[in-house]
Amino acid sequence: MDYSPILISMKTASISIIITFFLGVIAAKVVHGIRSRKVKIVLDGILTLPMVLPPTVAGFFLLYVFGVKRPIGEFLINFFGVKIAFSWWATVLAAVTIAFPLMYRSARGAFEQVDMNIIYAARTLGMSEGTIFRKVLMPNAMPGILSGAILSFARGLGEFGATAMIAGNIAGKTRTLPLAVYSAVAAGDMDTAYNYVLILVVISFAVVVSMNVTALRKR
Amino acid sequence: MSLKVHIHSKLKGFELKVDFETNGKPMGILGASGCGKSMTLKCIAGIMTPDEGYIELRGKVLFDSKNKINLKPQDRKVGYLFQNYALFPNMTVAQNIAVGIRGSKSEKTEVVTKMLHNFHLQGLEKRYPSQLSGGQQQRVALARILAYEPDALLLDEPFSALDAYLKEELQIQLHDLLSSYEGESLLVTHSRNEVYELTKDLMVLEHGKILMSGDTKNIFLEPVKMQAAKLTGCKNLSKAKKIADNQVEALDWGIVLTVKAPIPDNLSGIGIRAHDFKPYIKGNSVNWVLGEEESFNKIPCRVKKITESPFEWVVLVDTKGSSQYSDINSQSRDINSHEDINHHDSVIWWKIGKNQLNSQLSNGMPEFITVAPEDILLLID
Repeated sequence: MDYSPILISMKTASISIIITFFLGVIAAKVVHGIRSRKVKIVLDGILTLPMVLPPTVAGFFLLYVFGVKRPIGEFLINFFGVKIAFSWWATVLAAVTIAFPLMYRSARGAFEQVDMNIIYAARTLGMSEGTIFRKVLMPNAMPGILSGAILSFARGLGEFGATAMIAGNIAGKTRTLPLAVYSAVAAGDMDTAYNYVLILVVISFAVVVSMNVTALRKR
Repeated sequence: MSLKVHIHSKLKGFELKVDFETNGKPMGILGASGCGKSMTLKCIAGIMTPDEGYIELRGKVLFDSKNKINLKPQDRKVGYLFQNYALFPNMTVAQNIAVGIRGSKSEKTEVVTKMLHNFHLQGLEKRYPSQLSGGQQQRVALARILAYEPDALLLDEPFSALDAYLKEELQIQLHDLLSSYEGESLLVTHSRNEVYELTKDLMVLEHGKILMSGDTKNIFLEPVKMQAAKLTGCKNLSKAKKIADNQVEALDWGIVLTVKAPIPDNLSGIGIRAHDFKPYIKGNSVNWVLGEEESFNKIPCRVKKITESPFEWVVLVDTKGSSQYSDINSQSRDINSHEDINHHDSVIWWKIGKNQLNSQLSNGMPEFITVAPEDILLLID
């Protein structure tokens, strides 16, 4: 059995959850702070879109933006020498794109759950907005943000459609566990598929349980 | 040294327009919920921005719509005690108090220690807000605000989150605090007891407008307006018309009462506080001296219902048909009588302390109750 899909999946899921976490929290903070309801609704719609679109469609959009022959893709290659499409980074890009809305929505919900009075109190006590974010808003929204992170991690680990579109299914390079399961079944190698499925189930379950435990302990 | 507030704000179906000034004495804002009293405080603290107006605190302009001045809440030095105290749940008592203190670590520790001592919070400094009682939470919130040394102290319904038995004790503590506090203080509440005990000046708000303002004790003594009488806790209100120089007819009750002259020309009603009635027993029971028998304001004490509270009796006296001038009023009253069945207007609330009632009324309820002319409030709209 080829062990590379396990390593690739773990690497992709770990790196992408870090990126997703920060992007999601920042987006949530920005949307949370917007006063105009119309702007809020539209922005929220755009940021949630990757979650409700079929992953292949999201992947199609990624390919459209980052493809080698597209302006942004070309720009990245010419100026940074970075090729995104069909490289390992594409698996991260796909996982981040698909998991981002879960992180963003959970964080936004968690921010909205925080009693506005404690934010007002912090302001009347002279705390700067940055300090309020770090010392009041974030800690009090933490349980919700953590559970969002759990979901995002699990979603990133299981990402298939968008990954297939933008990263392909290159063995040892972009073949993550879900793609490996698909390839094994397609090749009629059911024993290998069973093994990958088992590994995927165990990892996902362990991660969710362990993060749930820490979230509960925090509370 | 004062707080000047002129604000005007239009909201959905509601307009807030208040104008007042404090001068170092605690001021109360009394009003029913949704009358704009909390919003007034929020505008002063900078949490909300009024459409237009001017707010000045101790010579510093906080808000001026004409000159586009709108200081951030952080720069206003206004302490705000929220209804739910708004302590930071993720911080200990000591950390909560330290939040607003400027200076080095040792200075912070010093102020925190002083505040813990002043507010009797020693031993609780490492606890989290969720581990404190309501009264302790309030003390932490006050300690946190005062550690910040604000120029004004805004108290938004400070006792609404507390159990009844804690309230009285904390009111006394807050009274001491307000009298030693050197900045401007404003107390917003719908509780007449709180404003009466805690404030020197009072402003009565209704639907975003100032109904009355002035010395608290005076407003309670003579709440000239009907709504003000209601808000200051006057239980018995009746429409009334003047029938002689010192007599009015209480239309809702169908009784003629002797009042203290002069009666205002635009009199619209009268109010009598539930505690101002006395049992009338021939000969010895009346506590005040009156010349003429008719000015005793005798009202037949037909008991509709009696309820007992810990220290007093609440007696509902039915006034229907008790008119001394029934021949004059019978017609008009008949028309209304079927409406009166579920209507409380014809009922008088009489509250009497238990020991008083026991000593004076060993033989049960009196035949009449009576009220002194000077205890009848003459009200206009």
